[in-house]
Amino acid sequence: MQPKHAINDFVIKFANVNGTGSASANGMFAKAIFRMGIPVSPRNIFPSNIQGMPTWYEVRVSQDGYLGRRGGTDIMVCVNPQSMAKDVEGVEPGGYFVYDSTKPLEPRFIRDDIHYIGLPLTEICLREYTDARQRLLFKNVIYVGALAALLNIDFTILKDLVSDQFKGKERLITPNIYALELGYQHAQANFNCPLSIRLERGHKVAKHIEDFDNILMDGNTAAALGAVYAGATVAAWYPITPSTSVVDAFDKYCRRLRIDPGTGKKNYAIVQAEDELSAMGMVIGANWNGARAFTATSGPGVSLMSEFLGLAYFAEVPSVLIDVQRAGPSTGMPTRTQQSDILAAAYASHGDTKHVLLFPATPAECFSMTVEAFDLAERLQTPVIIMSDLDLGMNEWMSPPLEFDDSYRYDRGKVLDAEALDAMTERFGRYLDVDGDGIPYRTYPGAHPSKGAYFTRGTSRDEYAAYTEDGQAYVRNMDRLLKKFETAKALVPEAKIKQAEMETRNGAVFFGTTASPAYEAIEILEKEGICIDTLRIRAFPFSEEVEQFLRDHDRIFVIEQNRDGQMRRLLLNETNVSVKDRLIPILEYDGLPVTARKIAGMIRNFITLGNVTPITRRASAQEVSA
Amino acid sequence: MTYIKPSFRHPKAPVNELGWTRQDYEGGLSTLCAGCGHDSISAAIVDACFQLNIEPHKVAKLSGIGCSSKTPAYFLSGSHSFNSVHGRMPSVATGANLANRDLVYLGVSGDGDTASIGLGQFAHGARRNLNMTYIVENNGCYGLTKGQDSATMDTGSVNKKGDRNVSSPMDVARLAIEVGATFVGRSFSGDKEQLVPLIKAALSHRGFALLDVISPCVTFNNHAGSYKSYEYFRSVKEVMPLDFVPVREEITASYASGTTCEVRMHDGSLVRLTKQDSDHDIEDRQSALQAISHYESQGKVLTGLLYIDRDSEELHDVLGTARRPLNSLTEQELCPGSRFLDSINAGLR
Ligand SMILES: Cc1ncc(C[n+]2csc(CCOP(=O)(O)OP(=O)(O)O)c2C)c(N)n1
Ligand code: SF4
Ligand SMILES: [Mg+2]
Repeated sequence: MQPKHAINDFVIKFANVNGTGSASANGMFAKAIFRMGIPVSPRNIFPSNIQGMPTWYEVRVSQDGYLGRRGGTDIMVCVNPQSMAKDVEGVEPGGYFVYDSTKPLEPRFIRDDIHYIGLPLTEICLREYTDARQRLLFKNVIYVGALAALLNIDFTILKDLVSDQFKGKERLITPNIYALELGYQHAQANFNCPLSIRLERGHKVAKHIEDFDNILMDGNTAAALGAVYAGATVAAWYPITPSTSVVDAFDKYCRRLRIDPGTGKKNYAIVQAEDELSAMGMVIGANWNGARAFTATSGPGVSLMSEFLGLAYFAEVPSVLIDVQRAGPSTGMPTRTQQSDILAAAYASHGDTKHVLLFPATPAECFSMTVEAFDLAERLQTPVIIMSDLDLGMNEWMSPPLEFDDSYRYDRGKVLDAEALDAMTERFGRYLDVDGDGIPYRTYPGAHPSKGAYFTRGTSRDEYAAYTEDGQAYVRNMDRLLKKFETAKALVPEAKIKQAEMETRNGAVFFGTTASPAYEAIEILEKEGICIDTLRIRAFPFSEEVEQFLRDHDRIFVIEQNRDGQMRRLLLNETNVSVKDRLIPILEYDGLPVTARKIAGMIRNFITLGNVTPITRRASAQEVSA
Repeated sequence: MTYIKPSFRHPKAPVNELGWTRQDYEGGLSTLCAGCGHDSISAAIVDACFQLNIEPHKVAKLSGIGCSSKTPAYFLSGSHSFNSVHGRMPSVATGANLANRDLVYLGVSGDGDTASIGLGQFAHGARRNLNMTYIVENNGCYGLTKGQDSATMDTGSVNKKGDRNVSSPMDVARLAIEVGATFVGRSFSGDKEQLVPLIKAALSHRGFALLDVISPCVTFNNHAGSYKSYEYFRSVKEVMPLDFVPVREEITASYASGTTCEVRMHDGSLVRLTKQDSDHDIEDRQSALQAISHYESQGKVLTGLLYIDRDSEELHDVLGTARRPLNSLTEQELCPGSRFLDSINAGLR
């Protein structure tokens, strides 16, 4: 079979063993492509383990600027004998299989519809290095060097990246560049470089990325920066994948930005709590006392925080929670992605509760929405939950640069200080709806010697914060909370609508990391003559444009990464959409980021055959097991 | 229904140094059962704060859930208060304290709230040496849910149904000493003489001050056979009397040496106590634990200041937070602005 031809448009996947240092070499590979100005989206597919298990790194190169997963693999770089059988199987016909040829390939791994490139990686390492650790580490750098020749990566960019990476450890630069050259020269000498699948600088790129002023960044770091910019001073957390790096990054930036120059003391506090219950309690306590505080967690933590979220909702204490979702239920697949906490977060806690949710889709949105979350939480005096996920939080994404408007001021919400309390003639009622928007006024502890003190509680109270079991007072309060939620609709980020080229009654609704592959799938279908308008939800409660979109379309595909169609259910619950059958669930929940091909296939199936049975293809078996 | 006390003030009512009367430190009318030990503790808190000249608005009251946790409504109505969820007061107190280190944090909890559902948070609050006073109103049962056994119920004690407890009790004072609390006392709701100065000392302590206060539940655990009844506890308590001398007051009374000990608190005030046992070194963890065990082996319960570490590092010291309360930092001080973001973006290209 003829090798596949592709310029700036392919999927390459690395099969490694975790704990062998492959991550930094693979990261350098992706970053080099990014620096060549070619859209790239790398993803780690890793086990819940520290050392010795298979791990994959998938890099999609897309000159059109598609950043979601496409599906399928064109080049497989296999450095892990453990997973070789499945890795060979996963290559698309016409693709390449790159392997360590120190030992001959077993016949069972030979397919006649793909092409093999053997690099004697172990042999080169044995020859060049004596130290076992070096042999392991440089193997990764050598294959990156070889790929530079095979795929036409700019070698000077790779050299710059090595220098960047080892800033402060300069003595490591030369040996790393030497290792890159070892690989590069071997490939040049033994193969017809570059391959038919390759990169080309200056080739027309990026239909979706107007100017290439992008950054490459993970969502968790962006969210952490958002918390810094929002003026968060207290973070309380309990370690859990995939959210840990949020607080790690917050810590890192605070060490740089929040040390008082005079005293060397910290203008922030980070506490690693004993569990997520405690973390949430600390966030509530700090916010109650007038500091901006947040926590970051994942599904199991959200479950534990639920009781406290109900308290914050009912006692009206602002709080910010970043939920970096992973595959549940229970411990589920802790290092795989999903969007399956939607309902648990929207209705966290017993009784009638509803929470404000934000759905970022890019690192830039992780940043801006986290900044916004603190304003919303304080304006609305309620928890705000940022619904990120593992794919967005832990992978590097090409994103528009982070932006911050210096004229913007924090919205600290309705807080009465000593002066305001003194100026007041009427009696202070903590839960009095003075402005008719459902949002009452609060005071900070210690604000005034004789005015404004009140009793915060999770029990029913009247407008003046006094305990009551009077049913009427309870109902007034619950109805006011509902009114407040109505007020929220106008304050949360609006949904994004994209009209199809031709008028259509088909719609698609999605959010978060489903957006990239969904937009791509819609374009695939448009080329086939299937036109679909799209709505990207960015917040709950749903605002008017969401209702309008649902009214304007007869058939709406709700695309999401969970089994039960949780966003679809939330839409059915919380909007006026009348006919349940109009919302068609398009679901993927195997723990890997959903691909454009899969979404397109399911929608196509529905439109042509009337069902959404997922299409099966050769590659899927390998991916499910990954 | 809200209970508001008549606010008549006697013209000759004594005032403290701030010009406040004792009544200014009171709260709403209690809804607890008549004779409940918890009400006596509330009264002792009022006395202690009045006498210490604490400004009510500089106190933050925190509690969990239970009859005991309701009591912040019955004292210091001029303070903000947070009645949180069952067993989780320590975390809310931690967050509040991180936000503003300049308030006095007073937590009230029950034995169910602290020793069962909240044991983890309690132990971790103590371990972090959070700067707060934490009072456990210990009645050996769950008052609010109608008298079930709690984890502090003593072995051999008989509950309201007539069952004798065979499990070992959780001793929150001993646990607090073990995990790192820096001020640990035990007292009795019926012993105002000891309780008021003990609360004053606890409030003056810098760090985690635990007071385990036996506080009989007259409705569910005050019968014959209960080890937490008024009568029984009176018969077994071994009292170490205690005096609290504020910073500026002259020291007059003298005590027989050997059993008297004076402890200068972090803020300069003085605690003077008469020990029952001259071997008990209240500044030594092991000695304190030994003294507790020693009396226990004789069927007695030692009350008073059991242990103190005067110069410990509280949570803010450990974290290295700024002297200024974090909640007072301004937007200008906290937000790095767009220039820094430009450098972040540049580093990600
Ligand atoms: C999560 C949760 N579980 C159970 C309860 C019910 N509950 C309320 S108070 C209480 C026990 C309180 O006992 P204690 O802390 O000793 O207080 P007391 O009433 O004895 O002063 C329980 C179990 C609750 N409020 N929350
Ligand atoms: S039930 Fe017991 S603890 Fe509760 S108020 Fe009555 S006497 Fe006090
Ligand atoms: Mg109790």
